[in-house]
Amino acid sequence: MSKRSTVGRLAETDALTLFPEGMAKGNSKAARHAERVLLQTVRSEICKVAAAHAAHVDEDARFPVEAFAALKKAGLLGIMVPSELGGMEAPIRVIAEICSLLAQNCSSTGMCYAMHQIKASSLVMHAMDDEWHRGFMRRMVAEQLLLGSATTEGGGVGGDLRTSNCGIDAQGSVFALRKEGCLISYGIQADAILITARRTPESPPSDQVMAVMTRDQYTLELTQVWNTLGMRGTCSNNFTFEGAAPVEQVIPASFADIAAQSMLAYAHILWAATWYGIAANAVYRAETFVHAEARRRPGTVPPGAMRLAELLNSLQQFRALILASIDRYERAKGDPDELSSISFVVALNGTKVSASEAACDIIQHAFLICGIHGYRNDSPHSLGRHLRDAMSSRIMINNDRILGNVSNLLSVYKHNPSLAA
Amino acid sequence: MKSKIREVLSKHGRLPVDIATLSDSDDLHAAGLTSFASVELMMALEEAFDIEYPNQMMNRRHFSSVTAIENALMKIRQDMAA
Repeated sequence: MSKRSTVGRLAETDALTLFPEGMAKGNSKAARHAERVLLQTVRSEICKVAAAHAAHVDEDARFPVEAFAALKKAGLLGIMVPSELGGMEAPIRVIAEICSLLAQNCSSTGMCYAMHQIKASSLVMHAMDDEWHRGFMRRMVAEQLLLGSATTEGGGVGGDLRTSNCGIDAQGSVFALRKEGCLISYGIQADAILITARRTPESPPSDQVMAVMTRDQYTLELTQVWNTLGMRGTCSNNFTFEGAAPVEQVIPASFADIAAQSMLAYAHILWAATWYGIAANAVYRAETFVHAEARRRPGTVPPGAMRLAELLNSLQQFRALILASIDRYERAKGDPDELSSISFVVALNGTKVSASEAACDIIQHAFLICGIHGYRNDSPHSLGRHLRDAMSSRIMINNDRILGNVSNLLSVYKHNPSLAA
Repeated sequence: MKSKIREVLSKHGRLPVDIATLSDSDDLHAAGLTSFASVELMMALEEAFDIEYPNQMMNRRHFSSVTAIENALMKIRQDMAA
């Protein structure tokens, strides 16, 4: 399997970059410099590690331990935490760029990093006024804690994250929680898990809260092993989660607010950025294939070149979609009404559906260019893993579920035809 | 107005509890109002009060309690009259 990746062309990375320099104009010179150094570390060090182990992570369906050791060593797990708590306060566009860079080299690393940061966003956006969680965020930076997520559940709930069967059972200052049949990506490796439950065992299924529980506070009983077509390194096993913790570890905001005001945007944007990374590397492989063909037959335009032109257009649209979504989020941030409005929900759900389709379409298109060399597993233009990994995008929160939810809203929603809105 | 809102809520809110057990300021989301049901509720309110929710009013806060719904409806009526 090929080890070629973005690492091979550091000097040209701008072509695959979501955010060319200069986009961070609003930031101070020092912050821009810090971002540049950070992204350079990701490109020159962490991406190399991720690329070197990507094939093994996929073959053995194992967690990308080497890449995460490198991410921890570089302090990249706590970068979203505000500076007052020791973090870097990295904005969503920087996190998105890191997801993309990682996924250009190892999809599972990119996706695990995205999922970790989606959890971090819940704390950063909703728990800054709470002493216990402030202390936990300081620990996230100092100890480089990896955060997992337990939002799904058995018993008919499945992937409907806005419904819980289990409830927070508070007895005095401590609560107990048992959640069955929940899929937890890298559950074994996580240092803490953010878990959803009904506010109390008697609360309605939609009245949920989210609690932070550290690995010393719970046990995980493995019920089903993650053996899938792609994204094999996320190790999204099924578990029965059982634990107890002080009640102060429950995030004060309702999960409804967390889901609407930060999780929706962070999840859809960071996933989209990860899928973009996979697609961008497929385009890179198609491009190098066309270059090699052109050198082999000087004077003739390779047959794949026209398709490559189309492919670059598609990648450009994909990138524009993500940038527009980030812009939309940045403008809405800090306005809970706008973040929970139907128009915002419709827009961000649209980002997820379009991004997942773009990723799969782009990789299939790249296949046509690389031909048998893309189909082979042992060629530098191999695309099999890209396609398998990207195929998760349409069903990771199934597009049909999302379109179904959106169509429910459309009976009252009136779209805004303005180009500038 | 509140009694009419309560009537619509009991028919279309899909609440797991009787609306009569909730006060005007009680949190409807905590009582089990789902986002799916709030869309149905919105359509029923538009019908019952002959108004149209503008996009910027279609958010969680304006459906958080009987009083919040009433305030939203009054604001919409005011804006429509203006």
